[in-house]
Amino acid sequence: MTMAFDQVRYRSRRRRSALTMGLCWFATAVGISALLIILGTLLLKGFGGLGIGVFTQMTPPPGSDGGLLNPIVGSLIMTVLGVAIGTPIGILAGTYLAEYGRHSRLSSVVRFVNDILLSAPSIIMGLFVYTVMVAPMGHFSGIAGAVSLAVLVIPIVVRTTEDMLLLVPTPLREAASALGMPRSLVIKQVAYKAARTGMITGVLLAIARVSGETAPLLFTALNSQFFSTNLNAPMASLPAVIFQFALSPYAEWQKLAWVGALIITAAVLTLSIAARALSAKGSK
Amino acid sequence: MTAVTTSSPSNPSFDPSFDRDDRKRALAGLRFGDQVFAFFCRAAAIAVLVILSGVFVSLIGGAWPAFHKFGLAFFVTEAWNPVTDNFGAIAPIFGTLVTSAIAMLIAVPIGLGIAIFLTELCPPALRRPLGIAIELLAGIPSIIYGIWGLFFFAPFLQQYVQPALIKTFANVPVLSTLFAGPPYGIGILTSALVLAIMVLPFVTAVSRDVFDSVPAVLKEAAYGLGCTRWEVVRNIVIPFTRVGVIGGCMLGLGRALGETMAVTFVIGNAHRISGSILAPGTTISATIANEFTEAVGDMHTSSLLAIGLILFIISFIVLALARLMLMRLDVKAGK
Repeated sequence: MTMAFDQVRYRSRRRRSALTMGLCWFATAVGISALLIILGTLLLKGFGGLGIGVFTQMTPPPGSDGGLLNPIVGSLIMTVLGVAIGTPIGILAGTYLAEYGRHSRLSSVVRFVNDILLSAPSIIMGLFVYTVMVAPMGHFSGIAGAVSLAVLVIPIVVRTTEDMLLLVPTPLREAASALGMPRSLVIKQVAYKAARTGMITGVLLAIARVSGETAPLLFTALNSQFFSTNLNAPMASLPAVIFQFALSPYAEWQKLAWVGALIITAAVLTLSIAARALSAKGSK
Repeated sequence: MTAVTTSSPSNPSFDPSFDRDDRKRALAGLRFGDQVFAFFCRAAAIAVLVILSGVFVSLIGGAWPAFHKFGLAFFVTEAWNPVTDNFGAIAPIFGTLVTSAIAMLIAVPIGLGIAIFLTELCPPALRRPLGIAIELLAGIPSIIYGIWGLFFFAPFLQQYVQPALIKTFANVPVLSTLFAGPPYGIGILTSALVLAIMVLPFVTAVSRDVFDSVPAVLKEAAYGLGCTRWEVVRNIVIPFTRVGVIGGCMLGLGRALGETMAVTFVIGNAHRISGSILAPGTTISATIANEFTEAVGDMHTSSLLAIGLILFIISFIVLALARLMLMRLDVKAGK
């Protein structure tokens, strides 16, 4: 093997490396520009329609102006209720996995099933709540919508609660137990306190996730053109109204759909950035 | 001073009998609270299992009439006709599998590229912000991808990309069928592209995390032998993390299969199988989202629940495999 041959070979290896690394740069550029284009389109199409009227007026009939008050209120009610139902169950189940049954057989099954529910199609959860709540009740309702969101909240909270409790050092628990604290108090007063930031992050992420959910609400809360806080009746939600308005042929409705899309994206991204900032602070 | 007063026998809290009763009561209360709390934790954990079995039971119950009536033919029939009550699942199943497959073909290389960029090339100061930017893509609600896809991306593809594709491949034997016109804008390919953007962050996040887990010593040794960056990635990083990367991709695939709103906007909702990926089609989730609340008869509802069950089983298998792979990796890392 001559020196010249090695040089050629070396150069071709260098070239190949430069080429593939260039493609990685390109891939990143593609990913980042996708985000920027989507956010840009939202701002461009939605920002012009943003005004005080959006938050004070009802959804209009086709051909007239209006706002998004009823779907915003509906979304808030169902999200708050869904999170209120799902969070305690999720925290308790996560506590079981991390504290009581860390190595038990039940835990490994629950952990596995929970991970599947975490990524399961949300529309399937909508169908499930439809068959167990809407069909027996005979009508669509806000409460069914909240339950379908709760079903989505549970796996997220279970996962983050377990992960965060596992990070709490065992000596802390042992110290509390040595002082004579019963198990439940050790968990509630010591472990929860140490893991608080992480658990709040989990709840914030769950709120961010479900507040943009549409599919499960379509068969549970349906939609409504009216202002309603009655949980036993169909209830409007921002995503469902965006779905209806965007696919309609009316210009006013489409414009409102973009405004709604902007509002919901801003809310969701703010929540997830807040959650990240919180967890970054907690990990320091 | 205080020590003297508290220890004086006249203080009721130090009356021995009182003290014992009080302690007993307090301890009994605590023990009861302890048991109640443990019970609720266990019950909540079991509730997770109840949800999963509830989903299966309710879907099987709802789908039973359709399976009973159509039998195995349900899986191979293309018809979807609410008027004659004749339903078959092959068109939505086909659409679901094809859109997800194309989405993965696009998202996996790009996602891996980004993960390699973030772990090997990126200046440290930019690592976190760029990583978060990609993760924000996962935070955007799917309905936003839908409205964006319908009003921005589909017209863009219709005007610029699809005519070019049709023209370029017009005389190439297989590809001419695959890219047969007219350019609708919406259709299988558009849905697949939107799905690709949506699963990108999942592929990237998992691959980045497993790439980070490669011991620096291994990479340094390879560099020390004179490997180029690509050779280190190709021969050290990827073999070391193969299982994790495949697990991450399967996780993304699970998302793509069940994704509903984005696809519903841009797929065109046509219950047929077309050879062209530019043609409109449908997926399981889009069909359910469009038709469930307006289903005209019991058989229609039951057929929709039946394809829902099929979707759940497909994504259950994919997600279970993904988790098993990632779990194997955790075991390896734990050693």
